Amino acid sequence: MFHNSGKLLFFLGKADRLRITVWLFSLTVITIAVPLAFGNLYPTQAERDVMAQTLSNPALTAMVGPVNFETYTIGTMTAHEMVLLTALVVGLMNILFVNRHTRVEEEEGLLELVRSLPTGKGANMMAVFLHILFINLLLVLLISVGLGVLGIESMGWNGSMLYGMVLGGSGIFFAGITAISAQLADNARTSFGIAFAVLMIAYLVRAVGDVSAETLSWFSPLHLSSQAEVYGANHWWTILPLFGVGILLFAVAGYMASLRDLDAGLLRSRAGKTTASSFLGTPTGLALRLQRTGIISWGIAMLLLGASYGSILGDLETFFEGNEILQQMLAGESSASFTEQFLSLLIVVIALIATIPALMSMLKLYKEEKSHRVDLLYAHPLSRFQFFASHLSIAAVQGLVMFLLAFAGLWMAGVAVMTEPFSFLTIVGAGMAYYPALLVMVGVTVLLIGFFPEKSGWVWAYLLYAFIVLYFGGLFEFPEWMEYLSPFGYVPELPNEDMTWLPLILLSMVALVMVTIGFRGYKRRDLQG
Amino acid sequence: MTILQTENLSKHFGKVKALKSVSMDVREGEVFGFIGPNGSGKSTTIRILLGMLSPTGGEATVFGMDAKNQAVDIHKRIAYVPGEVNLWPNLTGGEVIDLLMSFHGVKNEGRKKELIRDFQFDPSKKCRAYSKGNRQKVALIAALAIEPDLYIFDEPTSGLDPLMERTFQKYVKDARAEGKSVLLSSHILSEVEQLCDRVGIIRDGEIIETGSLTDLRHLTRTNLYVETSHTLENLEQWEGVHAVEQEEAGWSFQVDTEKMDTVMAELSTFGIRKIESAPPTLEDLFMRHYEGSGGGEE
Ligand SMILES: Nc1ncnc2c1ncn2[C@@H]1O[C@H](COP(=O)(O)OP(=O)(O)OP(=O)(O)O)[C@@H](O)[C@H]1O
Ligand SMILES: [Mg+2]
Repeated sequence: MFHNSGKLLFFLGKADRLRITVWLFSLTVITIAVPLAFGNLYPTQAERDVMAQTLSNPALTAMVGPVNFETYTIGTMTAHEMVLLTALVVGLMNILFVNRHTRVEEEEGLLELVRSLPTGKGANMMAVFLHILFINLLLVLLISVGLGVLGIESMGWNGSMLYGMVLGGSGIFFAGITAISAQLADNARTSFGIAFAVLMIAYLVRAVGDVSAETLSWFSPLHLSSQAEVYGANHWWTILPLFGVGILLFAVAGYMASLRDLDAGLLRSRAGKTTASSFLGTPTGLALRLQRTGIISWGIAMLLLGASYGSILGDLETFFEGNEILQQMLAGESSASFTEQFLSLLIVVIALIATIPALMSMLKLYKEEKSHRVDLLYAHPLSRFQFFASHLSIAAVQGLVMFLLAFAGLWMAGVAVMTEPFSFLTIVGAGMAYYPALLVMVGVTVLLIGFFPEKSGWVWAYLLYAFIVLYFGGLFEFPEWMEYLSPFGYVPELPNEDMTWLPLILLSMVALVMVTIGFRGYKRRDLQG
Repeated sequence: MTILQTENLSKHFGKVKALKSVSMDVREGEVFGFIGPNGSGKSTTIRILLGMLSPTGGEATVFGMDAKNQAVDIHKRIAYVPGEVNLWPNLTGGEVIDLLMSFHGVKNEGRKKELIRDFQFDPSKKCRAYSKGNRQKVALIAALAIEPDLYIFDEPTSGLDPLMERTFQKYVKDARAEGKSVLLSSHILSEVEQLCDRVGIIRDGEIIETGSLTDLRHLTRTNLYVETSHTLENLEQWEGVHAVEQEEAGWSFQVDTEKMDTVMAELSTFGIRKIESAPPTLEDLFMRHYEGSGGGEE
């Protein structure tokens, strides 16, 4: 049954070499850099205690997990700020890898090739499991050793090992989830969607749970990475359910795979229509139809994201009122300005996340080209401008809708939980100020599609950069110019700062110029196919 | 009248010279066969004609209009079927056919139904469930339902079974009878022989032969086997004689069609006891041109 798993494993390793290197390298470097940075920025216990006071607020709890340590050492500080978020990223990495070696390869016909070779029926699932186990154990090794050899006093080997294992365990858990979703869905996109939704729900459930109802958090596997109390109590038992359930899920997935045919899914797709509605007969109609499920899912996700963050605004108010040290620290400032400060942070995080679906829609223009389907499309009397404009307008309108949904969710939840809620205009206005920045990101995507189409995926790296700088910029005291390398850095942080129109107008103009130049490149260049 | 023309077309992809110099034309109402070995540049030429690629040098015009700059106007009057048809996995075959037709503003339900029936196609399945041949049918049905002035087919039948291939040939013949023009790139020689008025042979990015099939047959060789009473000598040095091989009782060799007369006269002086000839096949013609592509003989 598992005949030739070994050979398959070898091919998987070879095919993934670069991808594995980039992922593991980035994760390790960032993980090691954080405690070093903290050591420089907050060298004394007194400074760290002040940080602990500021950071242990509901907004941050929702994002990085609960405060469950006694002294804020470099170790506990690193674990508190980083373990959960890193586990989230490791989960995403595992989803991508497993989906690639199951559904994506099956779709591309590679698996058919493998099945025709003398390999056992379970060989592929076994090979994928061993492959993903190898990647995660390598990550554990790199992280544990990397943190251990730093030799920081509060970061002993025991904690460093647990740090790595918690990440590896979360990875295996979500790898298992993806192995299952790949059997359920009959195409790669749905399979990714299911696994990614599980990951996001796991994150949001524990966010709400950590802030208001701890029992709720226990429904989320990501909660275990907070519960491990790395560099504190070091609860080693937390990795057992992660690895155990992950392996169990793989076993179930292997069994499910043997039940179904190649290219089929256990969730059967419906028999289709034999004719198309006239709506489909335009480039915009087609593009919308192709992205329909994605757009709706993102819309719901944005509303939920906004609402989850909004639900902590009330706790934020009470938190401040009951915290005298903090009131002294921010002497003179009112509790309103404190909440506003965090509202600004929430809004920029939401704006960055809501940018993702708009960029995905824009990138679809190139994805369609790369998938050879344009061969069929461009031979019709449709200009390149029409294809371009349809994707651009979907991206731009979608960005607007996603912003509105997310910020409406934030506002509604805020109204429900706050004694002095923010007005609709304050929140939505503050959020919408980021819209020109979103347009610039779309513009960057267009430029890449126009001139370096193979490199268009780099826009994600740019968005990630913006995220890291804006989100961690304060914590790590990055130099100010780093913020100005991303369009989001120019936006006034409402309601904390005052409104200024000039940067927004300039950003919009930059976006317009980028789109115009990008389109000229797109119009002129060869289409791939 | 010339419908489609390329002049000294060249196309480089970085260092790869996909096309060196392609000059050809398709005339109104004819079926033009475009043949050549793998990687010789057929699809590249077609993509330039469709305005998807810009040529490095030379010119490509369709209906007298520039292939790239006036693509939209050209495309109103053509339909294209690529060799490798990729479809949207989430749409059904029927939806895609309608979609492609409506891009052309065509709503020809009757003809569409007829095509779906003739090609024995099930339009209700999602595209991800179709086989290669069935995906090709989607593109073929849409193209034939559009009824344009010019069809461009790039190996349209590479996935079809013989029965469906015949259906396709019937539709091409009908189109020709209605005065439509067709550019047909194909590796299936019998198909080319059946359908094409003229063929162009491309190799290593250059057109090396153009003409009607009868024209080209002149360029082929006849296979001969002879036994003579006097011993044949130095046969391989005769003009127009190739591939000489000694058999048990005689010789087999090939003769250039235009040298047949002189060779026969010469042979008769040796006292022919037995002679067998095999007619030149199109296969021979193609083989001669296909062989040694990529820097071999010739
Ligand atoms: N985008 C590209 N980049 C680099 N080289 C290319 C590209 N497209 C085509 N080529 C090269 O150009 C040459 C001609 O390719 P083309 O697809 O036109 O051949 P073809 O005659 O259609 O072959 P086949 O019969 O196999 O379909 C090949 O050597 C191919 O590798
Ligand atoms: Mg080709």
